[in-house]
Amino acid sequence: MSEVNEKELAEFAAEADAWFAENVDPDPGFMLPLTFMEVGTDQQFDFLRQWQNKVWEAGYLGAAWPREYGGGGLPEAFQRAATKAMRKHNGPIMLNAIGLNWTGPLLLDIGSEAHKAKYLKGILSAEDIWCQGFSEPEHGSDLGNAQTRAVREGEEYVVNGSKIWTTQGNYAKYMILLARTDPDAPRKYDGLSFFLAPMQIPGVETHPIRKLTGEYGFTQTFFTDARIPADGLIGAEGEGWKVAMRTLEYERGARGGQPGGYVITERDAFDVLDLARRMMRGGEPLMEDPVMQDRLMDFIIEIQANRLCQERQKVAPLTSDRPMGLALSSKLMSTELVRRLNEFAVTLTGPRAGYYVGDENAVDEGIWARGYLNAFSATIGGGTSQIQHNIIGEHVLGLPKS
Amino acid sequence: MENLGRIGFSEEQADLLEVAESFCRERSPVERVRALIRDSLGHDPAVWQEMAELGWLGIAIPEAYGGVGLGLAEVVPVVEQMGRRLMAGPFVSTTLAGQALLAGGTEAQKAAWLPRLAEGMPATLALMEADGNWDLEAVTATAEGGATLSLSGQKLFVENAATAGLVIASVFHDGAPALVLIETEALPDGALRRETVIDETRRSFELTLDGISVPSSQLLDTGKARAALSHIHLAANLLATAEMTGCTQACIDYTIDYLNTRKQFGKLIGSYQALKHPSVDAYVTYEQARSHLYSAAHSFTEQGTGEVATRMAKTAADKALSFAADRAIQFHGGFGFTYDCDAHLYRRRAIWHASQHGDAAWHKRKLAQMLL
Repeated sequence: MSEVNEKELAEFAAEADAWFAENVDPDPGFMLPLTFMEVGTDQQFDFLRQWQNKVWEAGYLGAAWPREYGGGGLPEAFQRAATKAMRKHNGPIMLNAIGLNWTGPLLLDIGSEAHKAKYLKGILSAEDIWCQGFSEPEHGSDLGNAQTRAVREGEEYVVNGSKIWTTQGNYAKYMILLARTDPDAPRKYDGLSFFLAPMQIPGVETHPIRKLTGEYGFTQTFFTDARIPADGLIGAEGEGWKVAMRTLEYERGARGGQPGGYVITERDAFDVLDLARRMMRGGEPLMEDPVMQDRLMDFIIEIQANRLCQERQKVAPLTSDRPMGLALSSKLMSTELVRRLNEFAVTLTGPRAGYYVGDENAVDEGIWARGYLNAFSATIGGGTSQIQHNIIGEHVLGLPKS
Repeated sequence: MENLGRIGFSEEQADLLEVAESFCRERSPVERVRALIRDSLGHDPAVWQEMAELGWLGIAIPEAYGGVGLGLAEVVPVVEQMGRRLMAGPFVSTTLAGQALLAGGTEAQKAAWLPRLAEGMPATLALMEADGNWDLEAVTATAEGGATLSLSGQKLFVENAATAGLVIASVFHDGAPALVLIETEALPDGALRRETVIDETRRSFELTLDGISVPSSQLLDTGKARAALSHIHLAANLLATAEMTGCTQACIDYTIDYLNTRKQFGKLIGSYQALKHPSVDAYVTYEQARSHLYSAAHSFTEQGTGEVATRMAKTAADKALSFAADRAIQFHGGFGFTYDCDAHLYRRRAIWHASQHGDAAWHKRKLAQMLL
């Protein structure tokens, strides 16, 4: 990686700022998803796919990925500047979340040259949508117990079983798949292997799952004698658990390598403060109520704490006591905060909390209730908050396994 | 509300953190802490002397007055490590007295006293009153007269007054709050009463001002009194936050250690999620508090931002230490209910710090006025 040229960086940042100012459409004419897990209609999907492609072509996604794989070959600081501009102008989310933040960093880290050449560019351009096949209907949090079978036959594996909570499964061209290659392994973890698997082949079927919000965004994926190429294996047979855990670390922010942008837009404290100013109780704005002020300050202090924890991760002498602590805690901290903040916001809307998305009287088109219900996708998905507690307790605090 | 503070960490802070970590660990093992609780002085004069020789008492005093010429940001890691080892002594009160002189003293007073503080003369502040709140301008003690000022009133929670050479007290004078220097040599018999305070590692006194007279030259610059009180308030909260944060870390480590050694029903109790999960909550809350601490330290001198970051940090530290220490008692079970278990030392200290210079609810109230 080359040295950061401050002048070039400043110019790049200014260009990115101008580009997003010009290219973000404040009103596409329909409700855009707030997260990559809420892409429920073809209209939303097509719009976001085009948007990601446009951002990439302009050079503001993957700016720090190597040039030979579709990236910009620039220092990380350039991508940070681009992401900052994206956020400032409220750009829509990047669609191809699993590809960008899971598969991409994994391949850059430990993928073969052939894998990198084949997959990385399509991830950035959003031409190739990726999904993730870890969870199973019977083994939600207990990933290590996954039972979907992959049996080697020549240059292929034959896959049978089912995966659930496949985000964008109906649109995906590829899946990162955790499947059992050795059912007799003495440790359940040692029987798992990790694949880059094609989705649009015979024997793979996806069924949309209707979420608690009434919307779509996930599928259940069924494999019936689906034949996937053996060269999609990452790591050796039996090393799937290790690779999957590594992949989760990219997702949890404990390792770098992401191409930038964001896949989730959250309502923040400012939006909730604004809501508290607009909602009235007993003839006065809720914001005037000292009890509400106290609770709002709790949220602002916690949001600021999480932001500061991200900054502090970069200061080695301030993390030396438990070096992985902040990184492994960030998913728990951030997802639980979002859930509680939305839950609180719903209560601010008073009697109109009884309305839901679709009613003209719903406060802010019902985003608070929808946001609250959707927030569970993050406190449950990617390892529930309860599993996060176990991970932090065992891997950071050194407590015995439960 | 854009700038609520951010993390920054200087080389000096890093060096002091490293040195203070080992110094405090070696000089203040918990057996020593407990021995000093029983000791009337309450701290080890030899350790105090070492700290003076290390230059720690002058960290935030300018070089022109015999100090090191750094700021409170560099005092923070030292105090954090003292808090972590429950280290007793007049370090914080002396540092705060120096801050009072810097913010409100006349040139002559600074020249006379700051070098002595930097060399190791303990000092303290007398600010609290019985019916006062945490607003330092709400003062009822008085200083009346012309060339000689007669003092009257009661001051509470005057830490380390028996060892201090100098007390700086807030008084009402000429229609406004003011600060006055009192040399402890001049205190009449019976002016100090040792208070029984919840944190037994501390030495705290009630100071009766009645009958004390000082020359008017002992008044700090009256034009700077309000600004000085405001600065002292924030500085006291910053250093309290540092102590609390270190203390929270120690409290969590102490509890985790027990969860990793104590067995019940044939299993280490740390394997039970009913204990593991709240311990993780305590840990995460601690990390949040520590991030706030180093934001407050870094942002302290920025107008406005320093106050916001400091009040947020004290709020976060109050929450973190109170929760960690409350759970520490509970998770030690029957042992937690005994005096021998260290958990109560942490819980008592949490209550002490919440009681001084504002608890979480009070700081949130102030923040709401500034930000909402």
